[in-house]
Amino acid sequence: MKILVPVKRVVDYNVKVRVKSDGTGVETAGVKMSMNPFDEIAVEEAVRLKEKGVATEIVAVSMGVAASAETIRTALAMGADRGILVETDVDLQPLAVAKLLKAIVAKEAPNLIIMGKQAIDDDMSATGQMLAALLGWPQGTFASKVAIEGDGVTVVREVDGGLETVALTLPAIVTTDLRLNEPRYASLPNIMKARKKPIETLKPADLGVDPAPRLTVLTVAEPPKRQAGVKVGSVAELVAKLKTEAKVI
Amino acid sequence: MDFALTDAQEALREAVARICRGFGDEYWLERDRHGGFPSDFHQALARDGWLGICMPAEYGGAGLGLAEAAIMMQAIAESGAGMSGASAVHINIFGLNPVVVFGSDAQKRRMLPPLIAGREKACFAVTEPNAGLDTTHLTTRAEKRGDRYVVNGQKVWISTAQVAGKMLLLARTTPIEQVRKSTQGLSLFYTTLDRSRVEVREIEKMGRKSVDSNQVFFDGLEVPEDDLIGEEGRGFEYILHGLNPERVLIAAEAVGLGFAALARATAYAKERVVFGRPIGQNQAIQHPLAENWMELEAARLMVMNAAWQYDTGRPCGAAANAAKYLAGEAGFKACQQAVMTHGGYGYAKEYHVERFLREVMIPRIAPVSPQLVLCYIAERVLGLPKSY
Repeated sequence: MKILVPVKRVVDYNVKVRVKSDGTGVETAGVKMSMNPFDEIAVEEAVRLKEKGVATEIVAVSMGVAASAETIRTALAMGADRGILVETDVDLQPLAVAKLLKAIVAKEAPNLIIMGKQAIDDDMSATGQMLAALLGWPQGTFASKVAIEGDGVTVVREVDGGLETVALTLPAIVTTDLRLNEPRYASLPNIMKARKKPIETLKPADLGVDPAPRLTVLTVAEPPKRQAGVKVGSVAELVAKLKTEAKVI
Repeated sequence: MDFALTDAQEALREAVARICRGFGDEYWLERDRHGGFPSDFHQALARDGWLGICMPAEYGGAGLGLAEAAIMMQAIAESGAGMSGASAVHINIFGLNPVVVFGSDAQKRRMLPPLIAGREKACFAVTEPNAGLDTTHLTTRAEKRGDRYVVNGQKVWISTAQVAGKMLLLARTTPIEQVRKSTQGLSLFYTTLDRSRVEVREIEKMGRKSVDSNQVFFDGLEVPEDDLIGEEGRGFEYILHGLNPERVLIAAEAVGLGFAALARATAYAKERVVFGRPIGQNQAIQHPLAENWMELEAARLMVMNAAWQYDTGRPCGAAANAAKYLAGEAGFKACQQAVMTHGGYGYAKEYHVERFLREVMIPRIAPVSPQLVLCYIAERVLGLPKSY
């Protein structure tokens, strides 16, 4: 079984993001970048399936600027077998990514796609669902448990009311939630091996996809500074304030 | 000229930092209180192959250079593990370089893989009570008897000898009176630390309680001739080969520890409010911290410069010594300033910086005093007459 794992290069989760002074986006120059943490979980799940003998090959795909190759290297060091980089300086939106992934699926014919439920930069949580729609494949989103059985996959989903279990027929798409697994650290020998694993570089045009944005970003702004709260001495005072000041009851 | 770390170097720094995050401040505080070798930390690094970072790939290592090892050691110290964490693995990283360079293939096959896998630990038995940097005058004797050598004598400041199963040992095989130059007649062995013939006595010290330093007494230790590295009588030359890398690594550790202290001081200066403003808003607090950063960063660049020289086969003595001096002093100043920035709390163990200050004395003093580095630079770089 071949597994495709899309991985995204995002601002590291430890970095305090700053909005660019011209309001066009978030500052990324000189900022530490890492693999989207949900994608790390996706790579880990794929590697575990390979270690169990369920999967035979793991292909990591990333899209964006040339430096995204490093995100692929991270996936290779964790245990992916080879990488595909779709290189473009265009700001990719979920629909463009989904279309590009669809083209790669046509080329690679994977049986399973495991990807993060969302990226921590824009928190869109859209690409997996869009890709499923474009391919006409079943999807198991927000997975906290994944089990392959025969030609199907059972996914336990984290939904608002609790856990929902769905059975999908392969090929299928799974998007990962936080509790699916705890990703491993790359060991030194695996980091060394990853340097030698192949990464194929493509352009969107090679895949016949126009990645131009369909949505226009008007402005990006800092969230308003949080105001200091007030301390109340008693429940009665709290209720009074809720009535007179907050006017919510 | 490119001063940035490569992507591969960034990746390995991040990987080491992630392992270190599993061993937090409380772990090292506890080790500092009660001692006990940080075996789980040593094993965590061994498990992921980090002890073999500089070892040749054919013996299970990664075959990377001194620059990568320096990045790794800085990351370890900077995580808050300080010298306790760094010294727990330090000797494994470059200590066996003489074996790598001068050992036979059979020896390398026998000696390196267990060390890389973390199954064996080694200590470095060179310095003696009456011969510190004056290495050629060491008096520990190894006398050839049939197919073995018998070792008698004494060593001091031997780190990790309490837990090590192996040791790299420098001893005199030909008496000093019988050689033309004092540098001749010393031989290098990598052998089993047989505790029935070797007494290891721990030295109580200022900091780094969990990684032992010792006096070591040899009373008829038998060393098989198979454990002789290279040729008999050339041990000093072999040891010299590893001294510069050793200095570079310890300098990297001092830089890491200094940055760890600076990070704590800066965080405290931002959050501690006195007279209605964070103390870090006062220049008396922020200027010394800014100075610490510049000095640490300059020292780090000298470390990387020395490592680059070594890795590209250039003479690196001046840069390696300068790196060790600059890093030792910058690290010390940063740790001291971190305590002062914390005021009274800096003296409390739970703020960690007093531990850093005690530990940073190690790279300041060892493996060569700052004064002797100055002598080296004066003599070898500036061409001034030898003063001692």
